[in-house]
Amino acid sequence: MLSAHGLTCVRGDRRLFAQLDLSVDAGEWLHVRGENGAGKTSLLRLLAGLSQPAEGEIRWCGQSIRDSDSPYRQNLLYFGHHGALKEDLTAMENLGFSAAMDGIAYRDGEALAALYKFGLKGREELPVRVLSAGQKRRVMLARLAIRKAKLWVLDEPFTALDVKAVDLLANLISDHVAGGGMAVLTSHQTMPIPGGRVIQL
Amino acid sequence: MNALLAIMQRDLLMVMRRKSEVLTALFFFVIVSSLFPLGIGPEPALLRKIAPGVLWVGALLATMLGLQRMFAADYADGTLEQMAISPTPLVVLVLGKVAAHWLVSGLPLVLIAPVLGIQFDLDASALGVLVLALLLGTPLLSLIGAIGAALTLGVRGGGVLLSLLVLPLYVPALIFGAGAVESHVSGLGAGGHLSLLAALLTLALFFAPWAATAALRIALE
Repeated sequence: MLSAHGLTCVRGDRRLFAQLDLSVDAGEWLHVRGENGAGKTSLLRLLAGLSQPAEGEIRWCGQSIRDSDSPYRQNLLYFGHHGALKEDLTAMENLGFSAAMDGIAYRDGEALAALYKFGLKGREELPVRVLSAGQKRRVMLARLAIRKAKLWVLDEPFTALDVKAVDLLANLISDHVAGGGMAVLTSHQTMPIPGGRVIQL
Repeated sequence: MNALLAIMQRDLLMVMRRKSEVLTALFFFVIVSSLFPLGIGPEPALLRKIAPGVLWVGALLATMLGLQRMFAADYADGTLEQMAISPTPLVVLVLGKVAAHWLVSGLPLVLIAPVLGIQFDLDASALGVLVLALLLGTPLLSLIGAIGAALTLGVRGGGVLLSLLVLPLYVPALIFGAGAVESHVSGLGAGGHLSLLAALLTLALFFAPWAATAALRIALE
């Protein structure tokens, strides 16, 4: 489904990686590993379509993701280092507006259920500003449950999460993968999710 | 369309939670344009003559105040990345943000302008033309400003650069906007100037969102 051919990433005058091939099919996930500065985030940004590779091409279902009629964006959910949360808005509003901007029909009940699942019961109407770092992260991850995307591209999704939330997220990812979804993620931990392949940068 | 309304609603909601932004631009406009009558003294003829120019320059500078923040917060917290890869085209979301910016920092200026115009001894029909010209001109300022805001995104000291970049582009709006009131007062009729202003607005409405979108994509790389 997702495949990349001969990817080369250049940052400034440094070549981070060259001629990288990868592919992820339904029911698989890819664990991108490497030292700090090896280019993990750069690779994920390339896959998300946020930056363009110096060489090579990324394809979704055989079609380049740069094609304007590619259904790639409908199928992609990307989380970067930043939470993309508005501090002045509540968790519910944040989820609602991000769904609306993505053009996704959603019901308040779904958002509530997702927030409860991530242990944010009673905090759904608080401005995100007053939540802790881990709780903010949980609000952000609640989007995984709302946005029904086939491909998850997650950059360090386990940062700032406590043990319970790490388990919860790992389960969520394995359910997603088991249900025919795909995931590409970076993490320094090893993860007990079946069906994974490691790519070392 | 829903996405466009959603982003407008979100930006307006955030402004309501933090009202200082609207109020600073508005008070700036009020104070700057009140300084002139106070400084020049009671000379109605002179005041009437300088009124259109002063009010337009005031409005121009007031809309500049909020420009830098148009995309900066979204850029800093990662929302802009999400907008760029959202299934909704980025240009639609940019247009929504520009519309929200106008509602917050353009429309209040249009509404308060007639009150400020009285200080300059403008008569009722001249005030009407002033409001009309501002109504056509302030969205134009927001649209042009969006290009500048997108181009200077993430640049250190972007504020000064933004002014240098955007203010020259505001010149046509200033000339036709102030010119409309002047030619009305001198009996020539404001029609020509207002039509040109409307034409500029239409042109900007088509091209500015695309230009801003292209600049945002560069900033995100």
